[in-house]
Amino acid sequence: MSQVAKVDLTRVKPYGDTLNDGMVQTSFTLPIPYGDEAKEAARLLAKKMGLEEPSVVYSKDLGIDYTYFIVYGKCIHTVDYTKIEVPKVDIEIMSKEEVEQYIKDNIKRNVVIVGACTGTDAHTVGIDAIMNMKGYAGHFGLERYEGIDAYNLGSQVPNEELVAKAIELEADAILVSQVVTQKDVHIPNLTELVELLEAEGIRDDIIIVCGGPRISHELAKELGYDAGFGPGTFAEDVATFIVMEMVKRRLV
Amino acid sequence: MSKLNLDPVRIDNSRNAAKQIAEDVQEFIDKHTTTSTERAVARLLGIDGVDEISKPLPNVLIDNIKDGGGLEQGAAYWIGNGVVQRGDTPQEIAEKISRGELDITRISTGSEEKIQDTIYELAQETVDKIKQNRDKREELIQTLGEGKKPYIYVIVATGNIYEDIVQAQAAARQGADVIAVIRTTGQSLLDYVPYGPTTEGFGGTYATQENFKLMRRALDEVGEEVGRYIRLCNYCSGLCMPEIAAMGALERLDMMLNDALYGILFRDINMQRTLIDQYFSRVINGYAGIIINTGEDNYLTTDDAVEAAHTVLASQFINEQFALKAGIPEEQMGLGHAFEMDPSLENGFLYELAQAQMAREIFPNAPLKYMPPTKYMTGNIFMGHIQDALFNMVAIMTGQGIQLLGMLTEAIHTPHLHDRYLAIENAQYIFNNARNLGDEISFKEDGIIQNRAQEVLEKAEELLKEIANIGLFQTIEQGKFGGVKRSRTGGKGLEGVAKKGSAYFNPFIQLMVGGDR
Repeated sequence: MSQVAKVDLTRVKPYGDTLNDGMVQTSFTLPIPYGDEAKEAARLLAKKMGLEEPSVVYSKDLGIDYTYFIVYGKCIHTVDYTKIEVPKVDIEIMSKEEVEQYIKDNIKRNVVIVGACTGTDAHTVGIDAIMNMKGYAGHFGLERYEGIDAYNLGSQVPNEELVAKAIELEADAILVSQVVTQKDVHIPNLTELVELLEAEGIRDDIIIVCGGPRISHELAKELGYDAGFGPGTFAEDVATFIVMEMVKRRLV
Repeated sequence: MSKLNLDPVRIDNSRNAAKQIAEDVQEFIDKHTTTSTERAVARLLGIDGVDEISKPLPNVLIDNIKDGGGLEQGAAYWIGNGVVQRGDTPQEIAEKISRGELDITRISTGSEEKIQDTIYELAQETVDKIKQNRDKREELIQTLGEGKKPYIYVIVATGNIYEDIVQAQAAARQGADVIAVIRTTGQSLLDYVPYGPTTEGFGGTYATQENFKLMRRALDEVGEEVGRYIRLCNYCSGLCMPEIAAMGALERLDMMLNDALYGILFRDINMQRTLIDQYFSRVINGYAGIIINTGEDNYLTTDDAVEAAHTVLASQFINEQFALKAGIPEEQMGLGHAFEMDPSLENGFLYELAQAQMAREIFPNAPLKYMPPTKYMTGNIFMGHIQDALFNMVAIMTGQGIQLLGMLTEAIHTPHLHDRYLAIENAQYIFNNARNLGDEISFKEDGIIQNRAQEVLEKAEELLKEIANIGLFQTIEQGKFGGVKRSRTGGKGLEGVAKKGSAYFNPFIQLMVGGDR
């Protein structure tokens, strides 16, 4: 019987085909002309990244004296897995039906949720997946939940308009989707919403949640949101958080 | 010959219903104009530049006309009157207004005949210039040659026009046939076109006439080098559709995203405004020899690609009829559709193939614009690269005209330099390796592919008949496209719509639609 080495969780490194071989694949472009010197440059750079025995397995002239590389190497670094703590929305996610029952039992009225893609962002694919009737990948959206009044305001909604709508509808929660995050354009935009709600004196009466491909719960908390949801989120994740938070904060 | 056994009667019925829909709306369009239409007229009459607070002079002029209650008569009338009464050029008139020295609707008005003669003479000069651009393009294609269809279409989006040029030239050397400079997020909602070269944008670069010029020059340069004419594409949508078209015609762009309904549905621009604007923008694009790209792919990002497939076909029929109204020949109609079905769907590839082949057969002369998977791209770049490969496979099997290449890093970031190389390599491999596969195969009678296409056609016919009955405005109000509802008086830009007055004329519509093409 072969001996399989045991993983040391305090010193974890990448796995290729043998424990602790450290194997990493990476690809990048350097702004230098294709050739042997370019390959050597890529190899040296990989070493500086902490890759031992780097091997440039492929390189390609990109046409403007730039070169593309695919490189393998053995990572010298390790991480201590036992010390890791990641803030996340730490609740047990309920199904659509369970959320509906939870609202009946604990909130006893309809929950009003307003959502939008705010600022200059025109990409509604995220907010639509969470809010619209149809939902995404077989997970129905909030519009279809009994006991939830969902209002999807669509794209490029100014923060002022979103806040005004939330006040008008007496919203329990606001959902903000940010898909365009180039040059961190979403950060000031997300911050502005929190500031507006504070200025209106309603920040504590309302649950605010943001989501998008580059959004993490940690970032959301930093920006003053109650929760942040990244890729792979469905309507029930968001719904569960909102209804439980409402009860927890006695906003029912 | 139909591989799909499509019923020609259903195709005719659909086309006739779409024709009726377009005619009903055209009646409305012909009675109205918009601020952006008139700003485009001003641009085509030679007005350019900005005032001391960077407000474009076409805006300065049209605002002055509008504030004076003269929008109904149109820019051509007022500019013509100014030229006749004052002896100034249109540019001088706009500059004087910007300095507060002139109020264009307050000067005495001369004979309409004289105004028209003066304007037609000026307009003819611009129209001749656009004709020369068209001839130049044809000459370059003749001498340099061009890529085989499907044209390989890639996007650059750095925000900085000079950086865009580096990326565009690299892409051309790698094999791209069309470069689209994506616009900065939010430009579609600006009610003016920014001026000059720009280096700051978010997720894209401002469409300005100077940026068009810079990129045109760069692509001509690299085209010479690689021995292929490289086409330039931009976005003729949003609140300034006709102006962007005018700028593109003047700077020899080759393609424009230009959909009749997109702005209404996806940017919440008022429907009256967009429908009027799309008409003049398409008149210009048609005359300039610019291939328009319609935006049906967008329906499938908000709606389900399997269930909403017939809305794509219905919209293609409607876009075709609006384009014909504006004088755009079939060869310039890049009707849009997309490879957006859920990859976990059993036989999804067959449905995609059916949809693409159906579009090919129904619009045989149109250079169909095929859009890549985006909705189900996850960040798993390896899976994404395969999704893009299947998309390329469908394209070559069904003779698509313009292939917007999928990027393996879709859903992560705007393409990196090597993402584009990998995408082009993927497309070139498949296009070359399976070049004539489509000619070799036929589809099984009564099989999955044939049945699917027939079903989609049947549903599209039904929808088009229904729209023809209730009218396009009401259809959009009911949310039948992309599942998005818009009201007739809602959305942005309605304040820029005016009913045409008795002295109204637009010389360019006459010269471009009626003139020597």
